[in-house]
Amino acid sequence: MTTLTTTAPPIQPSRLKLFGGYLRRNKSLGYGLGILLFLILFTGIGFFQIKPKNAYPLAVRPKQPPGILDFSAKDWPGKYPMGSDFFGRDMHAVMVTGMWQTALIGVLAGAAGTLIGVILGFTSAYFGGVFDMIIKGICQILTPIPVFMIQIIIASSLDKRDVTIFTMAWIVVMLAWMGPTLVIRSQVLSMKERQFVAVAKLSGVGNGGIIFGEILPNLLPFIAAAFVSQVFGSVFASFYLAIVGLGPLREPLLGNIIWGAQSQGAFFNGWWWWPIWPATAMVLILSSLALINMGLDELANPRVRRTE
Amino acid sequence: MRLRLILRRLAFLLMVVWAASTITFFVPRLSNRNPIRERFAELSRTGGFAAADLEVIVASYNKKFGLDKPLLQQYTDYIGSIARFDLGVSLSRFPMTVTQIIYNSLPWTISLLFVSAILSFLIGNLLGAVAAWPRSPGWLRAVATPFIMFTGVPPVLLAIFLLFFLAFKLKLFPLGQAYSTGTAPDWSFRFVLDIMWHQVLPAISMILGSVGGWVLSMRGMGITIQGEDYVNFAEHKGLDGRTIFRNYYLRNALLPQVTGFALALGSLITSGAVVEGLYALPGLGSKLGEAIRANDFMVIYGIVLFITMSVATLMVLVEFLYPFLDPRIKQE
Repeated sequence: MTTLTTTAPPIQPSRLKLFGGYLRRNKSLGYGLGILLFLILFTGIGFFQIKPKNAYPLAVRPKQPPGILDFSAKDWPGKYPMGSDFFGRDMHAVMVTGMWQTALIGVLAGAAGTLIGVILGFTSAYFGGVFDMIIKGICQILTPIPVFMIQIIIASSLDKRDVTIFTMAWIVVMLAWMGPTLVIRSQVLSMKERQFVAVAKLSGVGNGGIIFGEILPNLLPFIAAAFVSQVFGSVFASFYLAIVGLGPLREPLLGNIIWGAQSQGAFFNGWWWWPIWPATAMVLILSSLALINMGLDELANPRVRRTE
Repeated sequence: MRLRLILRRLAFLLMVVWAASTITFFVPRLSNRNPIRERFAELSRTGGFAAADLEVIVASYNKKFGLDKPLLQQYTDYIGSIARFDLGVSLSRFPMTVTQIIYNSLPWTISLLFVSAILSFLIGNLLGAVAAWPRSPGWLRAVATPFIMFTGVPPVLLAIFLLFFLAFKLKLFPLGQAYSTGTAPDWSFRFVLDIMWHQVLPAISMILGSVGGWVLSMRGMGITIQGEDYVNFAEHKGLDGRTIFRNYYLRNALLPQVTGFALALGSLITSGAVVEGLYALPGLGSKLGEAIRANDFMVIYGIVLFITMSVATLMVLVEFLYPFLDPRIKQE
């Protein structure tokens, strides 16, 4: 995104300085990237502090309260800084692994969904005709159906032992391409009527040249915004699936942890840290993505700036 | 003309229901899971009958549910039974039909969703309109900001934090369930009050989770409308601020929000189902969670189909409301 900010001024300050200046104006992008950086640091540093094995059941002593709150202890933050759960998982290890897995699902499903959306939206808008009608029709009929419900059907038809992080991502992708398809389609529809496309056509540029040379570069901000909102949607969807018990049950995915805590009555038994850590992490992940999304929206669509 | 529009929307609704039921029919059949075999395998593990009889039982049940017929006939039978609103029988609570389970849990879901949807729509749109209105006092405009911060946070997560702070730490509210343990359901005043007391936290988490979205979109809408000529004209005419706010500004800004309401229904009901599960209210969401835990496929498919159909129907119903809200549509 830095390249977009550096186009205007004739005397160039350093790119980093410009980027910082832009972030100060576009506050939501700044805060969103800030939270994201914090999360990356937490998982990045965490990888060196934890044993990955401890994120799985029966690894450590169960039901230990978080040591990070016990300031009087000599060995603060203690052996289990974030506590351990009923099944004997070290919550610190769980959080590091779980956040990483959540991000993996989000990025995988987001990238795949955006790619499908770009391809379908492009072809249907650029070439039009029957193909366009079919794509538009499918999107329209599927829109009123709550996607989560269909995902439940797909996920519950799978054998629970077969469900992995990757199957989760595919389940999410299967029903998540409609959004980007419609966004890209409408953008291409408006863009192919612009004058620069007509000029290119008249100068004898072929279809491939127009798509990749003329339209695609202008679409990049929209594709980036679609990607972030797609990652948001995928993280959201996989979290909901996991929280109703359809996730890969063995993995320390954030939704799975909350599902486990809820089925063991964590609050009733006083193990509050068990659901609270993953919930906090989820709030941070989702709000950082939402903020980045809002910021990119502003970048891609300057008209939004007016409404501040 | 109106009739043609209504017929077209109804045809669309039928298409959506057909698409949803086709997906719920074919997706499970693509996988190699057999719900009946799994159910009885589970029963035989816990004891009750010899494992050798399993195949015989499964075969007889396949016959009973019509699973031995050709696929196409199964499909037509299935679509026919959905048309009659027969969603099959529960596998884990055998004699109970899925329709019965839905019927029993529906009041809980409707009361929670109805209250929280209406309240969040009203609060959110009012706050958003006030936030964009240049003449409103500063403190009133500042009220909207904390709600916007919750926009990206799903109600389930808010529910977890509310449970932690208000129910677990401060012990102000109960930790879930529909009513206090030890009381017997009746229609006495105290019991109804008890039920409502248990609904407060779920409702607050649903409302907090969805107000922010309304504030944001209403604020954007309000800013666009302020520049319109008819608002300027009304101001120059010397109408008092309250009249302009109510009749010129709010009324026109609300119209697109009603469309937004129809589109938000799906995610609202989805969130409601998950929040219900978290608070262990005996609504549709909890039943769905229980069915997933017990591998009760008939109930899963039935509830999913029911929710899908109701979302689609509600969307079409909201669309039928437009002509009453916007006189311009009627004339077309």
